[in-house]
Amino acid sequence: MTTETLKTGARRTLPSMSVLGPVIALVVLVVIGAAMNSNFLGAANISNVLARSAFIGIIAVGMTFVITAGGLDLSVGSMAAFIAGLMILVMNAALPTLGVGVPIILLGMAVALVAGILAGLLNGFLITTLGIEAFIVTLGTMGIYRSLVTWLADGGTLSLDFGLRTFYRPVYYEGILGISWPIIVFALMVIIGEILMSRSRFGRHCAATGSSEHVAHYSNVNVNRTRLLTYAMLGMLVGVATIMYVPRLGSASASTGVLWELEAIAAVIIGGTILKGGFGRVWGTVIGVLILSLIDNILNLTDLVSPYLNGAIQGVIIILAVILQREAKAKG
Amino acid sequence: MKSVLAGCTAIALTAGATFAQDAEVKVIGVSIPAATHGWAGGMNFHAQQTVNRLEEVYPNLDFVLATASDAGKQVNDIEDMVATRNISALVVLPFESAPLTPPVQAVAESGAWVTVVDRGLSIEGIEDLYVAGDNPGFGRVSGDYMVDQMPDGGKIVVLRGIPTTIDNERVEGFQAAIEGSGIEIIDMEHGNWNRDDSFNVMQDFLSKHPQIDAVWASDDDMAVGVLGAIDAAGRDDIQFVLGGAGMKEMVKRVMDGDKMIPADVTYPPSMIATAIEMTAVGMTSNAPVSGTFTIGSVLITAENAAQFYYPDSPF
Repeated sequence: MTTETLKTGARRTLPSMSVLGPVIALVVLVVIGAAMNSNFLGAANISNVLARSAFIGIIAVGMTFVITAGGLDLSVGSMAAFIAGLMILVMNAALPTLGVGVPIILLGMAVALVAGILAGLLNGFLITTLGIEAFIVTLGTMGIYRSLVTWLADGGTLSLDFGLRTFYRPVYYEGILGISWPIIVFALMVIIGEILMSRSRFGRHCAATGSSEHVAHYSNVNVNRTRLLTYAMLGMLVGVATIMYVPRLGSASASTGVLWELEAIAAVIIGGTILKGGFGRVWGTVIGVLILSLIDNILNLTDLVSPYLNGAIQGVIIILAVILQREAKAKG
Repeated sequence: MKSVLAGCTAIALTAGATFAQDAEVKVIGVSIPAATHGWAGGMNFHAQQTVNRLEEVYPNLDFVLATASDAGKQVNDIEDMVATRNISALVVLPFESAPLTPPVQAVAESGAWVTVVDRGLSIEGIEDLYVAGDNPGFGRVSGDYMVDQMPDGGKIVVLRGIPTTIDNERVEGFQAAIEGSGIEIIDMEHGNWNRDDSFNVMQDFLSKHPQIDAVWASDDDMAVGVLGAIDAAGRDDIQFVLGGAGMKEMVKRVMDGDKMIPADVTYPPSMIATAIEMTAVGMTSNAPVSGTFTIGSVLITAENAAQFYYPDSPF
């Protein structure tokens, strides 16, 4: 299994189906969308779809590293809701002293990043140092963060002070040269992620750890530290996503970020990263994210299929993506 | 004056004596869905408040409050209440009608009083008391308001809730009310009573339709997402957004005369308080409380908004 996985990851002259599959799926979706509705390729629609993909996308970049290193994180959706709630509470509390302005926004952003890194380190510590199964640890923290945000909000919704929200709004809605901030930040994270994954020692260590813990260990890779870092990095990216999310509607509640973890994991797998670890690619994850949000967008723009079947269509695409990967592996 | 005082004391003494005689404490179980969205959060708040208050008022009543995150957990909660707390009455807001019907039926057959709230059970005649909001009425009041605001007709989009019978009843009520008025529903999609989903759906509606006169968001959480999307698109063809349920922020906007939110339609989460209160009365007095109690959906406008504004509630 190990050598085969590594071979799949090796560069080849002809791209395999696992590389082409997601790209073809994306192109087909774009063609269907354009044929169904003339506004589909309009700047406004493309900008909307990209901006709303940014939350899951930024998180999925981090998830690519966690999965490549043989881990899993089910807590990211709840974590995002909790961090958003925390951020809103801190900013509202600091409002009388700091007033509406740049410092309070920076404070909110710092809270999100620090809380994200700490939450990621906690997951990583429980998984690596205490040696508890990643699935169990993050299933546990998923419940903890979801309850915490419900408790913080007293069962209702936490809302950012209105004046503060108006000031913070441009972080989601505006940008440079007509490209909104979430899209720019998403693109930056993808570029950094892709370089880290394919060009850096950290990326190689992740693949080695996910491929075979023992081999990696004897090859002088610090397996525990690599895993811990992937969780901390994912936590930080959840913080980054939250920084983009809060100015959108200025609120957080128990229904924030529900099922984001599964969407992020699905995007990573559709993009060609192997769920068992050992091989990952960040740009594939981007395609996975775009495929998932385009399905929603197209179903809203057309009256082709009942919206009840949305989940079914996404399900079919996820399974197809994995079948394509397996065939590529068998051939390799 | 003295005699009145004496009379009061006498009544108090007799009441005390009755309590002493009935030393048996009755337990009322309350089983509700967990606070996973705004309305449920408000409902949890009112349930807790009512239980706290009634425990003070009735010394011989004891309450068990359990919140469930899914139908399966709720069945477990109810089984535990019967097995370990020997409840005399159950107030239940079923997570889903069908799966909760057999366990609630078992409670009723054991001789306990059953009060069902909001969502009816699949078999009729199980419950002693049914307290509910008026879902077809919720849709009808909303539809009537739309017709009132747009006498010459217009194009509207509709955001629906999570696919359930509640949602179907509301939408059918709404459609019946606008029939023949010249108001045309040009698009309808599920926003799942969720802000983020509704934001996305509304963004897509705005790309798809060049002219939208008004939006029936059918819920206040969804209205928040809808307003966000309209704001971002900078569209000024939409005259107003009609939500529903009576979220405090929305009631405040109606009160302040916000042009985009001129009205709201109630579907009060405090109906759980009505149900617990009436059950407590049934357990402690001779007043008959069985039957059906429907809480009407009321139109909130700038004139009457103040009486629907509860700043302390989380919803």
